[in-house]
Amino acid sequence: MSSPRLSTPLAEPPLLQAAALTRRFGSARALAGVDLTVGPGECHLVAGPNGAGKSTLLRLLAGLARPSSGTVLLEGRPLAAEPFTRRAVGLLSHQSHLYDDLTSAENLEFAARLYGLPDPAAAARAGLASAGLSDRADDPVRRLSRGMVQRVAIARALLHGPRVLLLDEPFTGLDPQSAARVAALLEAQRGLGRGLVLVSHEVHESWKLATHSHLLVRGAWAVTGPKNGTLDDFLRRYREVLDG
Amino acid sequence: MGDFLRVAIAVAAKDLRVERRSKTALVSAMAFAALVLMIFNFARDAAALSREMLAPSALWITFAFSGVIALNRSFALEREHGALDGLLLAPVSRGALFFGKYLANLTFVLTVEAVALPLFVLFFGVDLSGALGGIVVTAILATAGFVAVGTVFAAMTVRTRFAELMLPLLVLPFLLPPVIGGVQITARLLAGRPMSEIAGWLRILALYDLVFVTLCLLLFPSLMDE
Repeated sequence: MSSPRLSTPLAEPPLLQAAALTRRFGSARALAGVDLTVGPGECHLVAGPNGAGKSTLLRLLAGLARPSSGTVLLEGRPLAAEPFTRRAVGLLSHQSHLYDDLTSAENLEFAARLYGLPDPAAAARAGLASAGLSDRADDPVRRLSRGMVQRVAIARALLHGPRVLLLDEPFTGLDPQSAARVAALLEAQRGLGRGLVLVSHEVHESWKLATHSHLLVRGAWAVTGPKNGTLDDFLRRYREVLDG
Repeated sequence: MGDFLRVAIAVAAKDLRVERRSKTALVSAMAFAALVLMIFNFARDAAALSREMLAPSALWITFAFSGVIALNRSFALEREHGALDGLLLAPVSRGALFFGKYLANLTFVLTVEAVALPLFVLFFGVDLSGALGGIVVTAILATAGFVAVGTVFAAMTVRTRFAELMLPLLVLPFLLPPVIGGVQITARLLAGRPMSEIAGWLRILALYDLVFVTLCLLLFPSLMDE
């Protein structure tokens, strides 16, 4: 399968470029030669059934796992070659990365310290304000609802202004109002020229954000390229692929 | 170096804050230490073994086992909600993460030991007046090394299904040198032996610290990269 064509100027490397990514777990192959190129202002929706390799792909793109073969370049540099390359990435996984016994503000302040932000307390306040949770800053995370935790987790992922955002099911557990707020937040990030990779098997909310759509089945692209057609077309193609 | 320490201090402060709120590791380790001392005290055959003979071993076995319990919590909290991934994603050296966890664990274990020591005096009726300083120095030296080893093994086992079981099995063999050293020094201190009899053991403990803290600092990054 070929990677999507981009409008990125040749002189500048794409924000994220994955080439021939393969990942094996023993004899099982989770990913089989996946290519992905993400340019500024692009949002790549990666859909697929459970076990298709979506989360594995995100972990490889984030540098949390190593590919069995293939490469990941962030702005032209190998990912994880140096710690600072990881600064360009923000990851929202299906786990929140938060500590239950710390408050929302303390969690974000800790993250801000890890990323060396100059004023961690101010960064945490700004993050919580963007998530609409300023009034819950002093509540321990364990007391927040599932949707609120998801919003704090998104604020954590965005805290350091990453140029590439990797999002695993960002709308899970959110009520319609929160989902709309998160969608607006992500749309704003896209407008700022950030590249988004959005993994989901529930594509309705994500489709509006996407500029590119991909369907991952058994570790390989079944559909890949710039968004073309309607959501119904994509879902029809999805069903066709799954039905064999 | 500035970044290294900044990150290490941030990680240690976060761990201590979480523990201050939850008290999970400290309370369980302190309760365990009290129980071990109590069992040693009451299980001793008074006719066969004097308190003075048993006291150094009881103290160091208590330190070692309660220390392992405190270490178990160290990375367990990073497992909840994938917080470990959050640490590994940050643009910081893995060595700084290790050092932060190490500082926090050292504080936990030394706190547990600080609580266990008065209980030891209570149960065993030993007079520490001339030996307290020496025992404190020995405890710090012995703990510094085994906490480094424990921190690395806690990180190794955190992603396994049986982390709580695996950690003691892996760490306890490495605890032998500091425990033997601690017992030997404590026995001599309690018996009022001269410093010259202790100096050699103190040097062994210091060497153990130097070797294992350095090794752990070097090994930790590759352990975290899958």
